[in-house]
Amino acid sequence: MRTTGSWQTAETGAYGEGMKIRTRLRRALTRLARDASFLALGAPLHLLVVSLLSVVVGLLWGVIGGADDSAPIVLGIVVVVTVFCVPALTVAQSWRFRRLLGIDIPRPGWRRPLRQFAYHSLAGTLFGTLEAVVVALIPVGLAVSLTTVWVYAIPWEWRIKHSGYSTQAAYLSVAGLLVLAAVPPLAAALVRLESQVVPTLLGRSREEDLARRVEDLTESRAGAVDAADAERRRIERDLHDGAQQRLVSLALNLGIAKATLLDLPPEARGVIEAAHREAKEAIEELSSLVRGLHPAVLDELGLDAALSGLAARAPLPVRLRADLPRRPPPAIEAVAYFVVSEALTNVAKHAREATRADVTVTRLGGILRVVIADDGLGGADPGKGSGLTGLAQRVRSVDGTFRMSSPVGGPTMMSVDLPCQN
Amino acid sequence: MRRAVIAEDSVLLRMGLVKVVEMAGFEVAAEAGDAEGLLAAVEEHRPDLAVIDVRMPPGFTDEGVRAALSIRRSRPSTALLLLSQYVEERYAADLLAAHTSGVGYLLKQRVADVEEFIEALRRVADGGTALDPQVVAQLLVRRSNDPLERLTAREKEVLSLMAEGRSNAGIAAQLVVSESAVAKHINSILAKLDLPKADADHRRVLAVLRFLGVGA
Repeated sequence: MRTTGSWQTAETGAYGEGMKIRTRLRRALTRLARDASFLALGAPLHLLVVSLLSVVVGLLWGVIGGADDSAPIVLGIVVVVTVFCVPALTVAQSWRFRRLLGIDIPRPGWRRPLRQFAYHSLAGTLFGTLEAVVVALIPVGLAVSLTTVWVYAIPWEWRIKHSGYSTQAAYLSVAGLLVLAAVPPLAAALVRLESQVVPTLLGRSREEDLARRVEDLTESRAGAVDAADAERRRIERDLHDGAQQRLVSLALNLGIAKATLLDLPPEARGVIEAAHREAKEAIEELSSLVRGLHPAVLDELGLDAALSGLAARAPLPVRLRADLPRRPPPAIEAVAYFVVSEALTNVAKHAREATRADVTVTRLGGILRVVIADDGLGGADPGKGSGLTGLAQRVRSVDGTFRMSSPVGGPTMMSVDLPCQN
Repeated sequence: MRRAVIAEDSVLLRMGLVKVVEMAGFEVAAEAGDAEGLLAAVEEHRPDLAVIDVRMPPGFTDEGVRAALSIRRSRPSTALLLLSQYVEERYAADLLAAHTSGVGYLLKQRVADVEEFIEALRRVADGGTALDPQVVAQLLVRRSNDPLERLTAREKEVLSLMAEGRSNAGIAAQLVVSESAVAKHINSILAKLDLPKADADHRRVLAVLRFLGVGA
C-alpha cells in the first residue's frame, strides 16, 4: 500500500496543485479510516484475554476466600472459555491483518498453544491498551476541539456566571485540534509497529515455515516426477500404436513387393530392397527409442520382466538377479529401469575390456537397491559424460542415492538406492 | 488347402498379414480385430493356424495371449503364432507350458522379413515351434547355476536355434557349419543336460524345454 502511494504521487504530479492536494487529502483520509478501524477492531480482540484473566483472578480470590459457593463452577467455565478463545482469537487476528492490511499471517491452529496464550495475554494487553488510547483520542479530540461550539448549548445564565471560561474554550479547541492532528501519525505508527511485530509473534516460526516449504516442495516434486512419467507413457503408447504399426506395415508391404516382384529390372529391385532395409532399421531405431522412454512391459509386467528384456538386448552377456516379492511404486520402477538401461549402455560404450555385467535388484525394507557391476578396466568418472550425470539426477529426483566405484584397473560398480514405501 | 485366422487390430497391418499368410499357402478364413472376434472365428472356422497380435483391444495388454491359451484348451490342434511388440518370456513360457508343438512367438517387426516369416508360419502349422531370437536371448539371461552353464558358447547357439524351431539343416545353414557338426553339438548338449533316455525327437523337445525353463 505504501509503495503504490508513492508512484501515485509521481503520476498525479503532472496535474495541478489542487488535484495533488485533493488526492493527498483523500488518500490520507482513506488511510486514517483504515488505520482507525484496524485499531478499533484490535482493541477488543487484544483485551479480551486479559479481561477474562482478570475475571479468573477475581474468582480465584473468591474461591480462596470462600465467599461464594458457585464461584468454582463459574471459574471453571471462564477458564475453559479462555482456553478456547486463544486459537479463535489468533484466527480473528490473522483475519484482521489480512482483511485490513493485506498481510498474511499463517494460522498456527492448535499448535504452539503456550506461545499463542502468551501473545494474547501479554502482547495483547500492551497493544490493546495502545489501540484503545489511540482510538479514544479521536472522540476526545473531537469533543475538546468543538468546545467553542457546544459551549453555546449551555444556558446563557451559566455562561455569564462563568464568563472566564469562554476564552478558555478557545484554548481547549486549539488543544483538541492538536490532538486530532496527532491521531493519524500515531495510528500509522502503531499500525506499522503491529504489522512488523505481530506476524513474527503470532505466525509460524522460521523452522515451521521451512518445514512446510520442504513438505510443499517434496509434494510438488513428486507431482512433477509423476507427470513426467505419465508423459513418457503417453509418448510410448502413441509411438507404439501409431508410428511403429505404420512402419511395420510399410516394411511388410515392401517385403511382399521384394518377395513377389521377381521380374523387375535390377535397379527397381535395388530401390525396393533399400527401402525395405531402411524401414526395418527405422523400426529398430524407434523400438530402442521407445524402450529408452518407458517400455510398455514395465507397466504391464513390472521391473523384473522389463529388465530381462534390457539384459537380453545388451551387447555383452548380462546376468540378472531380481528379487522383488512386491512391485515398487511406478515412479520408482521407472527410475530403476532407467538406471539399468543407462548403466548397461554405459558399460557397452565406455567400459574398457568388459566381458560381462551383473545386474542385481533387491528390496531391503523400504529401499530398492539396484547394483550394476562390470569386469572392465574401470576409471569411469561420474563427473564426466552426460549419461551418468542424467542418471544421478533422475535418481535424486525421487530422493534416491547414487554411488559409484570405478578404480583404475576395475571392476566398476554402481549402486543406486531408491526409497519405496508403499 | 490349410486355413488360417488372423487377429490384429491395426487394419493396415492386417491387410499385409493376409497377403503374407496367403503367400505361405493358407486360405485366410477370417480376420478379427480383437480377442472376442478371434475366439468366435476359431469356433466357426476351426482353422489350422491362428496368427494373433498380443496387444489388442480393449485393454491393449495381453488379450492375445489369453485368447491363445483359451484356444489351446478348446482346440488343441490349432497351431498358434503370436506377434508381440516386445518380448516377454512369461508369455512364451505360458504358451509352451500348455502345449509344446505348433507354437510360435515372434516380434511383430519380424513379419517384414517376408521369406523368414513365411517359413515360420509353415513350421508352426506343421507342429513345430518358432521362437524369436530375442525370446531365446532373454531366457539365457535368467539361467545361472544350472546345467546350461556347462554348455559351450557354440552349444548354446545351437540350442538357441533349436529353441527357435529350426531343423538341423537350418541350424547348419545359420551357423555356416556342416550338418554333421550340428548333430555332434546336439548330442553333446543332450548328454550335458542329463536328459532322461527317450527317442531323439522327444529328447530334443525336452532339451528345448529345459532351456526355456518350462516343464521337464
